[in-house]
Amino acid sequence: MMISSAIIPQPLARLPWRLIWLVALICTIGVVTLFSAAGGSWSPWALKQGITILAFSGMAIVISYIPERFVKSVTFPTYVVILVLLIIVEMVGFVGKGAQRWVDLGFIRLQPSEFMKPAVVLVLARFYDLLPASDVRRMRGLWPAALLVLIPWALILVQPDLGTATMVLVGGVTVMFVAGLPMWYFLTAAGALAAALPVVYTMMHDYQRKRVLIFLDPEADPLGAGYHITQSKIAIGSGGIWGKGYLNGSQSHLDYLPEGHTDFAFASFVEEWGLVGGVLLIIAFAMVVRWGMKVSQRARSRYSQLAAAGLSMTIFFYFAVNLMMVMGLAPVVGIPLPLVSYGGSAVMTIMICLGLLMGIERQSRTRSTLA
Amino acid sequence: MKASRYTAAHQSITFSRRMMLVGGAQAALGGALIARLGYLSIAQNEHYQLLSESNRVQLIIVPPRRGWIVDRAGKPIAINRSDFRVDIIPEQLERPTQTLRTLTQSLKLTPDDVDRIIKEIKASRGYQPVQVAENVPYEEYAAVTVRLPEMPGVQPMRGFSRFYPTGPAVGHLIGYVGAASAKEYEEEKNPLLVTPGFKIGKEGLEKTLEKNLRGQPGGQRVELTARGKLVRELEPKPDRSGQTIQLAIDAGLQDFAARRLGEESGACTVLDCQTGDILCMASMPAYDPNSFSDGIGQTEWSMLSEDERRPLVNKTLNALYPPGSTIKPMNSLALQGAGVDPDETVFCPGGYRLGNRFFRCLGRHGTVNMRRAIAKSCNTYFYAMGHRVGYDRIAEMARLTGLGQKFDLPVVSQSYGTVPDSAWKARKYKDNRRVVERPDWTASDTLNASIGQGFLILNPLQLAVMAARIASGRNVQPNLIGVHKKPAPLLGIPQEHLDTTRGGMWEVVNGDGTAGASRLQVPGVEMCGKTGTAQVRKIVGSQRGQSGDWKYRDHGLFVFFAPYENPRYAGSVVIEHGLGGARAAAPVAKDVLTYLFDQERAKASLAALEQQWGGTLLERTARRQTQVDVISKANLGRRA
Repeated sequence: MMISSAIIPQPLARLPWRLIWLVALICTIGVVTLFSAAGGSWSPWALKQGITILAFSGMAIVISYIPERFVKSVTFPTYVVILVLLIIVEMVGFVGKGAQRWVDLGFIRLQPSEFMKPAVVLVLARFYDLLPASDVRRMRGLWPAALLVLIPWALILVQPDLGTATMVLVGGVTVMFVAGLPMWYFLTAAGALAAALPVVYTMMHDYQRKRVLIFLDPEADPLGAGYHITQSKIAIGSGGIWGKGYLNGSQSHLDYLPEGHTDFAFASFVEEWGLVGGVLLIIAFAMVVRWGMKVSQRARSRYSQLAAAGLSMTIFFYFAVNLMMVMGLAPVVGIPLPLVSYGGSAVMTIMICLGLLMGIERQSRTRSTLA
Repeated sequence: MKASRYTAAHQSITFSRRMMLVGGAQAALGGALIARLGYLSIAQNEHYQLLSESNRVQLIIVPPRRGWIVDRAGKPIAINRSDFRVDIIPEQLERPTQTLRTLTQSLKLTPDDVDRIIKEIKASRGYQPVQVAENVPYEEYAAVTVRLPEMPGVQPMRGFSRFYPTGPAVGHLIGYVGAASAKEYEEEKNPLLVTPGFKIGKEGLEKTLEKNLRGQPGGQRVELTARGKLVRELEPKPDRSGQTIQLAIDAGLQDFAARRLGEESGACTVLDCQTGDILCMASMPAYDPNSFSDGIGQTEWSMLSEDERRPLVNKTLNALYPPGSTIKPMNSLALQGAGVDPDETVFCPGGYRLGNRFFRCLGRHGTVNMRRAIAKSCNTYFYAMGHRVGYDRIAEMARLTGLGQKFDLPVVSQSYGTVPDSAWKARKYKDNRRVVERPDWTASDTLNASIGQGFLILNPLQLAVMAARIASGRNVQPNLIGVHKKPAPLLGIPQEHLDTTRGGMWEVVNGDGTAGASRLQVPGVEMCGKTGTAQVRKIVGSQRGQSGDWKYRDHGLFVFFAPYENPRYAGSVVIEHGLGGARAAAPVAKDVLTYLFDQERAKASLAALEQQWGGTLLERTARRQTQVDVISKANLGRRA
């Protein structure tokens, strides 16, 4: 796995190169797709996205060098800061796309819910790290963790951003699950959720409700709100095994596929590269997640074990929800395909997760060699 | 037993187990994603490829050229003339208000036009063009073309419009074309119907032969974006012109007959009496199908529909007339069939006494046999003989010669009138007491019907078919489409009967009969015929329908065939309120037949007549059109 060569300097050789190649492959697919989606042009998306990816990759490498001790120590404060930001968004939030999601700090527009995805994982990992093993199966092992997840979840949900809220919830629940909370909690919760769905449905915004209905039957309104799913499926299905060829995707180039450069980038990609391209991308993502899960299993501390598992799940859930959405298996919830879709937020989140995972991996390796 | 304490060791085991569960769930979901992708792109590939193609490629419909309608010699009756048109592609329109203002100026659009254009632009989707104007004069077209660079979205084009070279002469026969109505589009749901410049048959043969004439639309295949912007043009799909349809009509004869009817209101029908081919079916006055096909204004329409000479009615098929004496030859066949000896004579003292009523004849003809009775049109003879055999026997022959019949013709409608008999009267008494006052057939019913009055009412085509069947003795069926060579089968009427009847008809024109003034001036060709004068209303006092208001005057009718020796042509002429058959109808028949044998002579006599009437048919139509335009402009001004 490591490249051991006298020519390559030690710090470089110590980077997890297999992961880096995988991520590079995914990012290349993204940039190549954005180049095509712009009609074969670097502007307005491909070049900008390339720069964004490079910048956040650098950030990920930097994060990977932060010692676990430090991460642990800033986990709670960071979580609180993000929570406060979420509340600010609620109060003075900027109205964009009919949903309050941004806080404008003047020089940068922040979307705190993005940061909350890794933060909730870390804070729960820290919580169970601190919790004595004997308390894990008691109520005190449940309710603080539940609050830590549900407060940001609720804040994001009312923005309203169902997709991100769900991701925060899934990341947190994954940590709770692997931390060893009793199985019946999860089974009961799943049962309760299924029972509550009708109630939730009545509380949803009209546009959300419409999306759910259309997900269940997209052809009911092929020119209206079902248009997204229908056109995405046409793009994917018409690609066939080998695709229509690069720069030949009629669905994306003729604008039949809406949001072909953001949420539906996968459809743009598969239209031109076919089943072969799509499977390659899914496998690449799967291998990234598998790498993360391995990191978790090899991690030495409880904190890093739980954190790595949660972060891997966050990455997995990110791309899985997007793919389900574009292939008509889930309602359109507005979650982009990380590292492929145009936009910085998703890249930032994934790179933070990967940076933290690389840090954990580095430390497990260092410690093992020292032991 | 109390549950054992949960320790760090337990925790580690749980962790590994739970990690396996999470990993398993991830693997399962990942597998599901790949399976779904495979399903979409392999199993559903064909389906989605089709959808993707239908997204990508749109057809800008190019209307097919409508099939020609030609006469029996291939001479065009309805053709397409290239014209100029201006459309707007709403998608490419950049400055709508300014563009419309410029177009209004250079094309002289009316406020109504502008309203319509704005409405259609608002309703249009994507690349569907909206018509601004058609049949644009070249100067206006050029004016638009020059200013094109400042008006993106405006599309001047060359199109085709329907043209009928002989105008009103074929109006009723051919009908006209027009843009499809909303209702017609609802019925067919064909996008071709709403393509600017596309016309469908609205009346006459244009309507009944629509399927053959229309053709297959072609189009420019283009790649369009979802918003309807043109990306590139693909190879065009060629259109297929509509079928050319050959009629049995002789275009020259049709034109001549229509022109010969002149300012009269009437109909002239000529058949090939051996095959049944309809050589001409003229009805005048008629609308000009050329002006109808461009779309007709409110004013012109109301002027046409209020005209007492009914230019909107095809009088050969949809007008019914009492046939008067023209059915006497048919009567004579019926009488012979019923055993009446043609040499038996009847004395005509100027009428016929039935009980205490006296049925008048037009003269005192003295002793007449059957031939003389036809030649002199003696009512008394037919009263007496009709009374003897009963009308039911005559009605049989009437139907055998085509009267009261509906023919198998591609026409929009035909009125087939009535051949009455006792069964008909009994039926009618049940259904409609306003028409008949008593259920039983009376002797006076017979007498009236015997001279072509009373309940008997027919259309001019039926009279022509009757003449043709008497002339040839064949069961001719009128044909409008195609040229037929094979003579129709014989009717089975004994030759001696036919000879007597034809002899009577010969005498009408060539003896000392009623139409002696209309003898043909063509050497070797003799016309035979029978005049008829039909009352429009009951005779009141001494008024005999020979004077007074136009609409109360008698109709003039004439049935004929020629040549006597070897009949080829047969037909009928009806002149509404023409006072008499010999006076109004027979001369038209004479000229029309002359045309068939000696065109130069016929044309010369027509030219002389048209000079009296103030120009040829087309000249008079154009003059009338100018008047209509002036009036409708005045009306528009008043509305605005």
